[in-house]
Amino acid sequence: MARAEPPPAEEPKAAAEEASELAAMAATTGVTSPELLVDSLGEYLRAWWTRIRAGESGALPVLGGLVLIVVIFQVQQSAFLSAKNLVNLFILAALFVLFGLSEIFALLLSEIDLSIGYVAGVGAFIIAELIAPPNNWPWLPAVILGLLATAFLGLLQGLLITRFRLPSFVVTLGGYLFFQGLIIYLADIDSGAVGGVVRVPSTSVVFDLVNDNMSPLVGWIALVVVVALFAAVSLSRAARRRSQGLSAPPISIVVLTVAASAVAGVVLVVVCNVNRGVLVPLNGVPWVIPFVLLVVLAASFMLNRTRLGRYIYAIGANPEAARRAGINVAMVRTLTFVICAFTAGLAGLVYESWLGSVSVGISGGTYILFAVAAAVIGGTSLYGGRGKAYHALLGGLVIGAVDNGLGLLGVTAAGQDMATALVLIAAVTVDSVLRRRGTQTV
Amino acid sequence: MRRPWARDGGGHPDTATQAGVPSAPVDGAPLLSLRGLSKGFGPVQALTRVDLDLPAGQITALAGDNGAGKSVTIKTISGLWEPDGGQMVWEGHPVVLRSPKEAEGLGITTIYQDLALCDNLDIVQNMFLGHERSRRGVLDEASMELTARRTLEELHVTTVRSIRQPVASLSGGQRQSVAVAKAVMSHAKLVIMDEPTAALGVTQTRMVLDLIKRLSSQGVAVLVVSHNLNDVFAMADRIAILHLGRSVASGPITDFDPQVVVDYMTTGSSTRAGSGHHDGEG
Repeated sequence: MARAEPPPAEEPKAAAEEASELAAMAATTGVTSPELLVDSLGEYLRAWWTRIRAGESGALPVLGGLVLIVVIFQVQQSAFLSAKNLVNLFILAALFVLFGLSEIFALLLSEIDLSIGYVAGVGAFIIAELIAPPNNWPWLPAVILGLLATAFLGLLQGLLITRFRLPSFVVTLGGYLFFQGLIIYLADIDSGAVGGVVRVPSTSVVFDLVNDNMSPLVGWIALVVVVALFAAVSLSRAARRRSQGLSAPPISIVVLTVAASAVAGVVLVVVCNVNRGVLVPLNGVPWVIPFVLLVVLAASFMLNRTRLGRYIYAIGANPEAARRAGINVAMVRTLTFVICAFTAGLAGLVYESWLGSVSVGISGGTYILFAVAAAVIGGTSLYGGRGKAYHALLGGLVIGAVDNGLGLLGVTAAGQDMATALVLIAAVTVDSVLRRRGTQTV
Repeated sequence: MRRPWARDGGGHPDTATQAGVPSAPVDGAPLLSLRGLSKGFGPVQALTRVDLDLPAGQITALAGDNGAGKSVTIKTISGLWEPDGGQMVWEGHPVVLRSPKEAEGLGITTIYQDLALCDNLDIVQNMFLGHERSRRGVLDEASMELTARRTLEELHVTTVRSIRQPVASLSGGQRQSVAVAKAVMSHAKLVIMDEPTAALGVTQTRMVLDLIKRLSSQGVAVLVVSHNLNDVFAMADRIAILHLGRSVASGPITDFDPQVVVDYMTTGSSTRAGSGHHDGEG
């Protein structure tokens, strides 16, 4: 930290005043991000602990909650932690992660998108109808067209919200109903849709996304490559920042982070590589898992390392400040709704791959609630400006675990709905309470 | 150096009628001069032939009671409102500002009381908001952090513990410092500050006053709107006083004392003897 050099003549007095000023500052400043100032691991952990007590708890309560959920279900039903069930859980969670990520974009702006469940449905229908008979398109143009269509729906809603200054709540509620109708219309005009259901051909790449696995060896190689890359990038960045005199986390923290992700990766690959087939051997990491991780990584990069991401955070916290800084607020908000809908399209892709078909009966409403729940449970604030892409991973896992676990225990649909709702309300309450504590300590 | 900017005010009931007469400064033109600026909103005449000189490297305090026209004056200078009459002379040339963007283009930055900071972004991110540096589409955080740190060091802002902490965790004075540093980084020639010390404690106020002085010592013209006469006398080089939308007195701060300023602010004139501000020492 740079310090002013007071003139020598008045040094003692000035220094004393400076010290008292510093103390006054420290007293009024709260305790956010003290990790940035420390060098040793011990100091880092202490700083981290003070921050947790100040209400900036980060991912800790979610991880704690996840462990609790897992323990409860495992005690009730020993099959919960079996490899077969865990892989099912991961696939289910992958869907919720994408829905949650989609909603996070809207929440960061302090907006909400209630239409994403049916936006995903529209995208899924378009893709499925194009690759299924009688159209029989190759998968890539079909997927691109389906995703472009969902992005276009996001653009329409975004323009309505920003140009006509309509509340996103109302516009996307309109979208919810409209797109539900659009799905029925798409099924009606398609001769290939029987009874409102379009099958995804089991030979297509779209079907394979969830239903095909990496071979165990490929899984291990991919893991080693990814962890090595992650370690190299984060260590070299930390070292470079230190050498430039910039703030950087201690090397030990970087090493711990890399080690923790390596352990998580090893557990994932080990679980997925266990044979979970009944008659024929079935093992390996489903392709959907690296797919979703890649999407989250891309979203994270966009939010943290590009202008667009920076502006989304700025607008979410203080639109007036963003406007005065010369940011085209309307354009950034519109683009965010496009990205939100596009991500919903990806969720639609995973959805139809998982089920092997898509039907007019898609429960888009439930998926919207799960999306908001996953985002908020993961740690994204409903009040705008606070949230990370990885929150979707955490929240998606929690919702996936609850949904899967309750199903495993044979809880009725009524019970499942109510339990999920309670988890959502609990998460929102935690968000609200933490927010209040956070503002008090500042 | 003689600085005959102070206009006749003492005890003269018709002060405002003389306000329109420009008095050319001796030591070079001021950075910005307002001459006979008027602005009305329907039936309300907010400004009547207001004159104001803002020399580079000096702090000018704009004083006046509520409704005297301080806000309208700064909003006119920052391009939010176009004046109905009068002239603005920037670096010797008449200018017309139609939007805040045009004012910014000239080098006029206004720091409003709300400071326009994003609580969730850190100090560096706030200082570069809207002007981020990037390489091939990726934000160049290292370069931004180094520049931000250098700017803060130049301003002797030393009380922030890390420039990577969110501004939500900063004290009022520190937030003010970030806003000022942001203005400095935009290469502002004129910085307008609206009540920079309002709602600050004693230590924080002192810190902000020092900061403003350092800003002006870098050659920046500073216009400070303040209600607090202690602060005005602690930092300002010059003072301009408005009363009911008219300029009633202006000049070096040494020509005034608080009691005289209060007289001007409340009644538009002062009858106190020995205040030494008549005709700017001349």
